[in-house]
Amino acid sequence: MPFDFIGLANVVCSGLLTGAVYGLLALGLSVIFGVARVVNFAHGEITALAMYAAAILFASLGVDPFVAVAPLAAGFFIFGYLLHGAVIHRFVDRPEHAQFILLLAIAIVITNGLLIAFGPDARAVSLDYLLESVEVGPLLIDRGKLYAAAAALSAAAALFLFFRFTATGTAIRACADNLQGARIVGLDVKHLYALAFGLGAASASVAGCMLAVLAELTPGSGPAYTLLAFVIVIVGGLGSMTGALIGGALIGVAEALAGFYAAPSAKSMFSFALLIVVLLFRPRGLLGGKP
Amino acid sequence: MKRRQFHRAILGAGAVVLAPFNIVRAQSRKLKVGVLLPKSGLQGVIGQSCQKGADLAPAVLKERLGVEIELMNADTETNVDTARTRAERLIEEGAHCLVGPFDSGAAAAIAQVAEQRGVPFIVNIAAAPQITEQGYQYVFRNFPIAPELATNGLSLIKDLFHATGAAPRTAVFMHVNDTFGQANAKAIAAILPRLDLPFRLVETISYDPAAKDLAVEVAKAKSTKADFLLLVSRLNDAIVLRREIFKQRWNIMGIISPGSPGMYENQFFRTLGKLSDGCISNVPWFDPKSPLTKAVDAVFRKQNPKDQLRFHALNVGFTFEAVLVAGDAFKRARSTSAEALAEALRRTDIKERMMIGGPIKFNAKGQVEGNLSACIQNQGQKPLVALPAASAEVKPIFPWSEYKKT
Repeated sequence: MPFDFIGLANVVCSGLLTGAVYGLLALGLSVIFGVARVVNFAHGEITALAMYAAAILFASLGVDPFVAVAPLAAGFFIFGYLLHGAVIHRFVDRPEHAQFILLLAIAIVITNGLLIAFGPDARAVSLDYLLESVEVGPLLIDRGKLYAAAAALSAAAALFLFFRFTATGTAIRACADNLQGARIVGLDVKHLYALAFGLGAASASVAGCMLAVLAELTPGSGPAYTLLAFVIVIVGGLGSMTGALIGGALIGVAEALAGFYAAPSAKSMFSFALLIVVLLFRPRGLLGGKP
Repeated sequence: MKRRQFHRAILGAGAVVLAPFNIVRAQSRKLKVGVLLPKSGLQGVIGQSCQKGADLAPAVLKERLGVEIELMNADTETNVDTARTRAERLIEEGAHCLVGPFDSGAAAAIAQVAEQRGVPFIVNIAAAPQITEQGYQYVFRNFPIAPELATNGLSLIKDLFHATGAAPRTAVFMHVNDTFGQANAKAIAAILPRLDLPFRLVETISYDPAAKDLAVEVAKAKSTKADFLLLVSRLNDAIVLRREIFKQRWNIMGIISPGSPGMYENQFFRTLGKLSDGCISNVPWFDPKSPLTKAVDAVFRKQNPKDQLRFHALNVGFTFEAVLVAGDAFKRARSTSAEALAEALRRTDIKERMMIGGPIKFNAKGQVEGNLSACIQNQGQKPLVALPAASAEVKPIFPWSEYKKT
């Protein structure tokens, strides 16, 4: 069979666009760990909750998920802030296995809550423009993926700007860099940690809105997204926001290429193979800081 | 002893003597059928569809056979281990026989339990051949095995091309990568060369049944430049695939399933709307002209006033027939004991049935031979019989309207 350049280009493009959304998903996890020092094992479930929120707003009020992004992000920020303040903060200084059990329990509560509320049947957000493709030369770009990637990159850029150019963002980074120093200068660490967790949840919710237009929703979707986020964060570098985005793109393209040239049913295998290679030769991840 | 006392004594003794027979008759009066179906999880929608077939069976069988059926429903949650556990629980709770479970993996697990516990198990829908190849004495299946499905389904493709005058040369085969999909893939690989069909398979692509995004898979299939897509799928992935085919502007002659669920399911139509039209599934189907089908349809409409039987034809048909087989055996056995039921099942010979095919009669392995398929094409957002001509509701259309020759 002659080499299909156009097919390859389309597949790489699709992988990059999907990878942008995955990168935002992982970015939230990276922010939470990088600042609050909490490994959020409920990250995928929070994302799934956001997917359902977007789908319900669409089904009941006709709100396009791209429009629902802003109010849902605000809502999930508050949810994440309160969750950290009320529950997770108490476990920050406890052993890691206690944090793991707590967040696993939260994940199970969310998943089963979704199952009780919405039942097991898969749902989808059906919008006419999601069936359209945009032609750019020989490339045929999925319009839904294009919009989702644009929204994800916009959200990531907003997060970058917040951490870089605002006083609060600088304070959060200070906590991440030097906790003791932050306490000494009088920063309210508990509040800043909760803010970081809220921002991570908001990121997950934006990713969730995007995933709601790209994939079907089931209550059991959460664990797969948690695992995906972890793979990306580890590949990109735990605590590195840029690393999370690059990791997302790498995983998206790796899966696409593996599926196109090898066995589509074994796409995930290649993501995990990449993870193993990174862990063997660069355990801190591509852009992670030295331990 | 006075006469009155003597009469009372005789009556009392008679009651004591006859009571066991009353108990036996009370035991025989109702058959408890354990119904195992995936009502949640990946196959939840299809399992719920099958449940409608079970739910209407007691009313139909009471009228036509005069038997009382009590259903004991259990959810296998699309999980093999759960299916095994639920089967055991149903038996503990007194099920006289088991029916289900729409999934080959779960059917294999339940078959083991049924055989170990000596309780008859009638498989409604599951195509993996090995289920009735284990030498089991208590397992029965009224559904074609994968090679039969493939043979019937592929043969109908030839009939379809003959009826429409189409002449595609190549096909790409995509299949879901689970027990069912792999069984079908093996069967197709073995049978296709023997059938002298006018096309060849240029590529075989398997995919994860739980995959949320099949863009890469469709891109790979599109790159083969095949004339049409041969597809073995489940429901959710069929929806995702159809959308992706449209988005990638893959203008093939059509999509043909040689025997798999998905493209004739209600949710396929509800989710895709006009995009659902044109898709073809060569699957076992009800005979719209059968009196039993009409009787079932009447009860279906009463129990599901907002639904239509044709959107559940295969699921309801075979699930109903599984309970019919159980009820028929119960009627002949006049007992709910496992041995009597199993013996009666082995002698089953039901000629008046709902699904297209020969009589329901089990061979030595507990398998019904002679179930046939129909060519079902989606037209007007409904699954309609296009072939065989004798049962046809519409004329088949192939290639479909989206096709553009490149």
